[in-house]
Amino acid sequence: MNFFKTIYRSAILENPTFVLLLGMCPTLGTTSSAINGMSMGLATTGVLICSNGAISAIKNLVPDKIRIPVYIVVIATFVTLLQMLMQAYAPALNESLGIFIPLIVVNCILLGRAEAFASRHNVVSSIADGIGAGLGFTVALTLLGACREFLGSGSIASLSIFPESSGALLFILAPGAFIMLGFLIAAYRYIQSRKS
Amino acid sequence: MKKLKSTLPNMVIVLTVTTMIAGFLLGYVYQSTAGAREKASNEKLTGAIRDVVPGFDNDPAADKTSLTAGGKQVTVYPAIKDGELIGCAVESSSDNGFSGKITIVAGFDRDGNILGYQVTSHAETPGLGAKMNEWFRGEGHRSVIGRNPSAKALKVSKDGGDVDGITAATISSRAFLEAVNTAAEGANEYYRQTSK
Repeated sequence: MNFFKTIYRSAILENPTFVLLLGMCPTLGTTSSAINGMSMGLATTGVLICSNGAISAIKNLVPDKIRIPVYIVVIATFVTLLQMLMQAYAPALNESLGIFIPLIVVNCILLGRAEAFASRHNVVSSIADGIGAGLGFTVALTLLGACREFLGSGSIASLSIFPESSGALLFILAPGAFIMLGFLIAAYRYIQSRKS
Repeated sequence: MKKLKSTLPNMVIVLTVTTMIAGFLLGYVYQSTAGAREKASNEKLTGAIRDVVPGFDNDPAADKTSLTAGGKQVTVYPAIKDGELIGCAVESSSDNGFSGKITIVAGFDRDGNILGYQVTSHAETPGLGAKMNEWFRGEGHRSVIGRNPSAKALKVSKDGGDVDGITAATISSRAFLEAVNTAAEGANEYYRQTSK
């Protein structure tokens, strides 16, 4: 399968957030601002590319009955590596994402892509799938974060657009995340159906 | 290559080897980033101290002392310029936040006036209690900068004090002021001990 076609399919047609509705916990938890959403997305993308590549490389060495524990060990290793690197070289980012970094381990996008894609395809297309799914997730989180930040605190990526006091607090809190996500999924579906 | 069969020896070997590789990898990265991680967390503290008591030329983190103030353990970082004590930064905390512990570093001059503060860790609601790092340096009655908690303990206006708490986040505001008051007691206690 073509490298870029795989990226396109994993990012757009099977967008993890808008189509598959996977990884809802970090989606709702970290998108209180555009920057937070984007950093969470990029962190997940990094782990996803590594874990997809590694799992695809060892797929024939792993007996079927223990594939899930092995995949989890691989994913958890990459997440922990990422967290240690972030603590060392990007402490501010690590602080703002907090508990959601270690929780990438249980993000179902990772295990989902490992099981549905990496364990059946070669290394190159698995990496393409990781890039695609990761970028799709990143764009979705950034978009959701930007909308919530704009409506809730009147700024996008910390650039103030209208005074914070007139923002609707609801959108910064969890219920606003659900509402906004619903609107974005509706918009995504509408655009997709218009295209086809 | 054919896929390995799910026999017991195969499964045991594969799982053992996977976890061993993961363990070695994690151990290696843990050790090689240990220095950088420690440096990052030290820098955060020194940065906060520099922010709350400007103008020292010693290393406050190296000269720190722990003492008990108001029934709590606080850490005092003395700020010394040209051999003379010009003030100190005090790290204190409150467990009465809306969701757990709030840790702050507050700076005091020799008279116990607040020079500045930094909230170093908290888990308050984004958009409400989380605003405390900006709110209490705002204008008018919001600001705690320049006040002297040892003359009159800081209280939110709802409790009969004269600090305007964060709108809709009185619990967070109370906990924050409690931490500031504890810090002030710590600073006074430290001045008493050193002047002896």
